[in-house]
Amino acid sequence: MAIILTEKAAAHVRRSLEKRGKGEGLRLGVRTSGCSGMAYVLEYADFIAPEDQVFESHGVKVLVDAKSLIYLDGTELDYTREGLNEGFRFNNPNQKATCGCGESFSV
Amino acid sequence: MALLQISEPGQSPMPHARRLAAGIDLGTTNSLIATVDGGIAQVLADEAGRVLLPSVVRFLSGGEVAVGNVAQAAEVADPLNTIASVKRLMGRGRDEVGALPYALADGEGMVRLKTAGGDKTPVEVSAHILMALKARAEKTLGGTLTGVVITVPAYFDEAQRQATKDAARLAGLNVLRLLSEPTAAAIAYGLDRQPEGLYCVYDLGGGTFDVSLLRLSQGVFEVLATGGDARLGGDDFDAVVAAELEARGQPAASAESARALLRAARASREQLTTQDTVSIDVPGVFAGTLSRGELNALIDPLIERTLGPCRRVLKDAGVRVADIAEVVLVGGATRTPRVRERVESLFRKAPLYDIDPDQVVAVGAARQADLLVGNAGAADMLLLDVIPLSLGIEIMGGLVERIIPRNAPIPTTRAQEFTTYKDGQTALAVHVVQGERDLVADCRSLARFTLRGIPPMAAGAARIRVTYQVDADGLLSVSARELLSGAESEITVKPSYGLTDGDIERMLSESMAHAAHDAAEREWREQVVEADRMIDAVEAAVAADGRLLAEGEGEVIAAQAQALRAARDKRDVAAIRRAIEALDRVSAAFAARRMDEGLRRAMTGHSIQEFR
Repeated sequence: MAIILTEKAAAHVRRSLEKRGKGEGLRLGVRTSGCSGMAYVLEYADFIAPEDQVFESHGVKVLVDAKSLIYLDGTELDYTREGLNEGFRFNNPNQKATCGCGESFSV
Repeated sequence: MALLQISEPGQSPMPHARRLAAGIDLGTTNSLIATVDGGIAQVLADEAGRVLLPSVVRFLSGGEVAVGNVAQAAEVADPLNTIASVKRLMGRGRDEVGALPYALADGEGMVRLKTAGGDKTPVEVSAHILMALKARAEKTLGGTLTGVVITVPAYFDEAQRQATKDAARLAGLNVLRLLSEPTAAAIAYGLDRQPEGLYCVYDLGGGTFDVSLLRLSQGVFEVLATGGDARLGGDDFDAVVAAELEARGQPAASAESARALLRAARASREQLTTQDTVSIDVPGVFAGTLSRGELNALIDPLIERTLGPCRRVLKDAGVRVADIAEVVLVGGATRTPRVRERVESLFRKAPLYDIDPDQVVAVGAARQADLLVGNAGAADMLLLDVIPLSLGIEIMGGLVERIIPRNAPIPTTRAQEFTTYKDGQTALAVHVVQGERDLVADCRSLARFTLRGIPPMAAGAARIRVTYQVDADGLLSVSARELLSGAESEITVKPSYGLTDGDIERMLSESMAHAAHDAAEREWREQVVEADRMIDAVEAAVAADGRLLAEGEGEVIAAQAQALRAARDKRDVAAIRRAIEALDRVSAAFAARRMDEGLRRAMTGHSIQEFR
């Protein structure tokens, strides 16, 4: 079971956390919603909950709760630029389909 | 795959949280609801495929309520419980509505209609229309509406706008904003995407005519001027056609045949939109043909009556016909080819009419609603309306000080400082009025409130900032704040009385007609106020510092004050002014001595350095 950040993603998270001034790390998760059933959660984490699995990638703590981990195992989180848009991309091997816009996915 | 951003804990956005929004044209005769789906605005129909919901509500005993076509069908059979054209009653008091074909409940304030379902206010009646539209939209769209934009005539005042918002709240709708009807029509045609320009919206409905001049600059619409005729519309076209048919044949003998005649008149008028002649047969009244040329001759005088307000609006705004970029047609009666011809020849430009003139306002409102809930993602667009009549405050002498002038674009905030009139005055009554006249008595009273807790000080020393703020929906809040003590008081105006556009026009024309009289009245009252203030101040000074008076000086001052009092009671501005000057002259030396004395007292025991 593992979740990794690319180097670029890790660097961006570190910068963002520094700017924010607080935070244990990055929380990844999934929740049900959207047109394809699931949506990713990408948030700052202010504390580590007992049910969290903690992965460390390029010096950034990545927190995932046990339920989400089932859907996220093996995911690589990348940070990329597309045209004028910059942001994180989940490269998730569990993901079977996404909806047209990519805001939600199914496994 | 969309790119994601890191959110604060618990704040991850819901995917596809596409919010449903709708635009509602809450009309006098018919109402519509429209929404934007996939970038295309469309008007929503009921199960029977009808998009127009007649603005008719019928109240039955037992609390049952029928809305729309069902209610309209009962209009003849059950006139007292079937309420039509309720928009004309929104925000009106009992004494403002004149004779109505309904039973009115007794009581002050808002009109209440007696029905089999109990007493109903226009707000409740409108709420039923809105509920019917809401149900239609939520059924069609399969979700709850996040918010709606409701259109109102550009001339609606605060009371009428507030009544409309109240109706929406009662219907369980979240009003994103009220939008003026002409602005909505302009948005429907996408004129908001033009860089700038002047647009004229010609709205000839069933019973009302409105013309509005809009200016768009940097994506912002502003209503420059409005005009119209509250008693002119397509129904009048039908009436003249019917009268002509009666003149050519026999007068309608029964109510039944009069209705048949009116129906035939409307049908033939509509057919003449596409045909050159129609044959008409109303048993017992008329059988024959009517040509488009004959129809045009009949309705030309009525169309002419719409062109006057058009010219007036241009003149009001100081705009030439050549400056108008586009003319937008709204309202079913603008389908009549002759109307288009006459409008075209007045503006020397073919008007825009390819969006259904019955639907164009709802379509524009839907576009605006879509934008406001954040679906469109386009650059924010701010729409401006204007204040139909100036908002002012009562000052001493029953005079009006204008705070926000008429036609000021809203939202707006204006503040002005006032002061106390008497020594030791600790409260200030704020009287908010609306109108163009100089005297409070000739304007409309909106609200009164009192600012208390002003620390006692000399007259004129307090600084009271009165702020008038009109929000995007045209609602006024007034606050007063004494700047030294921080005492504050405020009120949001939710007046129980409204003004008709006829009233507005009357008030405007009166203000012009009475300009000279008002100016004279203002001058006189200002002098009276000044005289009173002067007498008060001098007498207070004499009472406080009588020992500073020179030999005989007190008598001279008292005599002169008496003379001023006498002059004050005569309507002679020049005499009052002379008496004020005289009192000022005879008391000047005394005032100077008081000033010196005061200074000496203040400086005693202080080093001169402290005053540097």
